[in-house]
Amino acid sequence: MSEHIVPVKVYVSIFLALMVGTAVTVLAAFQDFPGALNVIVAMTIAVVKATLVVLYFMHVRYSARLIWVIVASALFWMGILFALTFSDYWTRGWL
Amino acid sequence: METFVPPVPSRINYINAQYGLKSWLLTKDHKRIALLYLGSISFFFFIGGLYAMAIRLELLTPQADLLQSTTYNKVFTQHGIIMVFFFLIPSIPATLGNFLVPMMIGAKDLAFPRINLLSWYIYMLGGIVTIYALLAGGVDTGWTFYTPFSTTFSNSYVVATGLGIFINGFSSILTGLNFIVTIHTMRAPGMTWFRLPLFIWAHYATSLIMILGTPVIAITILLLAFERVAHIGIFDPAVGGDPVLFQHLFWFYSHPAVYIMVLPGMGIISELIANFSRKNIFGYSFVAFSSLAIAVFGFLVWGHHLFVASQSVYAGMIFSFLSFAVAIPSAIKVFNWTATLYKASISYDTPMLYALGFIGLFTIGGMTGLFLAALAVDVHLSDTYFVVAHFHYIMVGGTLLAYLGGLHYWWPKITGRMYPEGWGRFSALVVFIGFNLTFLPQFILGYMGMPRRYHVYPAEFQVLHVLSTAGASILGVGLLIPLFYLMWSMRYGKVAPGNPWHLPGLEWRTQSPPPTENFDYTPVVTWEAYEFAPPEETEVVGKFHDKVPEKA
Ligand code: HEM
Ligand SMILES: [Cu+2]
Repeated sequence: MSEHIVPVKVYVSIFLALMVGTAVTVLAAFQDFPGALNVIVAMTIAVVKATLVVLYFMHVRYSARLIWVIVASALFWMGILFALTFSDYWTRGWL
Repeated sequence: METFVPPVPSRINYINAQYGLKSWLLTKDHKRIALLYLGSISFFFFIGGLYAMAIRLELLTPQADLLQSTTYNKVFTQHGIIMVFFFLIPSIPATLGNFLVPMMIGAKDLAFPRINLLSWYIYMLGGIVTIYALLAGGVDTGWTFYTPFSTTFSNSYVVATGLGIFINGFSSILTGLNFIVTIHTMRAPGMTWFRLPLFIWAHYATSLIMILGTPVIAITILLLAFERVAHIGIFDPAVGGDPVLFQHLFWFYSHPAVYIMVLPGMGIISELIANFSRKNIFGYSFVAFSSLAIAVFGFLVWGHHLFVASQSVYAGMIFSFLSFAVAIPSAIKVFNWTATLYKASISYDTPMLYALGFIGLFTIGGMTGLFLAALAVDVHLSDTYFVVAHFHYIMVGGTLLAYLGGLHYWWPKITGRMYPEGWGRFSALVVFIGFNLTFLPQFILGYMGMPRRYHVYPAEFQVLHVLSTAGASILGVGLLIPLFYLMWSMRYGKVAPGNPWHLPGLEWRTQSPPPTENFDYTPVVTWEAYEFAPPEETEVVGKFHDKVPEKA
């Protein structure tokens, strides 16, 4: 296991980026975007923030391939959860 | 190659290596932790059993005479919660799995002994929180916590109980993590993946589900608690939520969780069938891979619990089809076990009786699952006693029987003493009869329209309910007998040799009970799983071939 030392500067800037993200979330929440855009905007910000946390705070960016495989399979499983749940919600009106 | 020399039984083993409460509470030995778990899950099984007795007694008569409706709601809820989360899910992995995963692969311990101990403490903490909730006033939502009742209308201790389950989930995750790393990295020299006992494959598959599924139930419970406390609008339509979303999230974990409960049992059955037939299992790799297939496909079928919950018809069709598909790997196992028995020299010792019982009862449980997975049939059967019978055939007839079979089979290894064989066979028979008498009538009751979770019912159902309660009493006796003779045997049982069944598996190639390091030397594996020496190479002593295979 090779330890990668992350400079404090990186942590601080990620933290600041997350704070900015939070501020944008709050601002966006007070805007009424047309149609589905409200959800899309909120989710986009959330995904960006989560990605930063996973890559830097959880060190995945500096980790071995195996870790990437595990992250990928976790995301794939979440994909199953979403896909089959939406197979319900998106087809409710069909019949 | 070195020949196999049975280790000289030394007096020092993992049980008497150290004394005192502290040596148990701070142990890092997977075998001792397994015993800690054994004690605690037995305690919870006993509590869950008391609730079951209360349910069956109440259902003796069509009126509500023993329990008030509100009490009855709490009793069946608490029965379900204790049995599912605090008995069935940890039962086999945390006890027999903990004890045997390292031993079967020739390792000294699990990969993370401290995390293993931590998982037991987390389990106990979750258990204590849940018990607190039960004592404080209990919970009445059903073990499934369906919204909006659980978020908005229930006046019981939903959040406290949920917290107990939330905490407990982490012990499950840690156990799964430990098993996966151990199986990947700590196999003895020569122990290739395809030489692994099928018990190990089953535990590997179970661990995958534990890691991938448990976080989802944790989040779901958390959302439920937020909703209940702060009304944030996840599940409550009045503030933009959707109550059916809860069912999606809950069953995304809880259907795979039914395989957390039954897969380790299947692993035990594979061991018992092969070893008591003294044959390699028929189609080893099919049985091994069917475990992985179950783990993966088990995640794709949860919608069969939502057929009548306003789920879209199209989603219903997809989930119905996938549910039929998931039965295939289970069927592969059943057929391969049966094929293994063909022309084998079977010995009908207690563990094998449980294994044979498992095959029959699991088949009934699985087949009735297919009835329920058929869309139109489920409209009639959903939320009736048919469902109750279905899952008890799998959870009790399957998992519990496998657990008891495994406990008897490895009892000499765990305790160094034999259990009394006559009593063992007798109680296995009592359990089988009592079980069927309890749950067969429930299929008929459900088909006739008896809803689950009601304690007042039309008088014409009473005969079947009385039969069921009578069966439950027999089943209870059948479970108490082993409790007594197993405790008796720890002191007075015949001293067990290292390899009482004369089997080739690694766990039998060390003394009983094993030393703290499991083996006196690191074993080198040169044989396949279930490789029994051909009869002409061994003398036959009694009903077993006397020697374990010695292969160069
Ligand atoms: C293999 C182990 C299995 C276990 C431990 C198990 C367990 C359960 C449990 C606990 C429930 C009731 C949940 C509740 O509402 O409280 C249930 C319901 C159900 N099971 Fe199974 N099951 C298993 C296998 C299967 C299979 C193989 C199928 C179909 C392919 C199946 C189909 C169903 C369906 C459709 C229901 C919902 C019935 C309803 O509520 O109308 N199950 N099962
Ligand atoms: Cu299911």
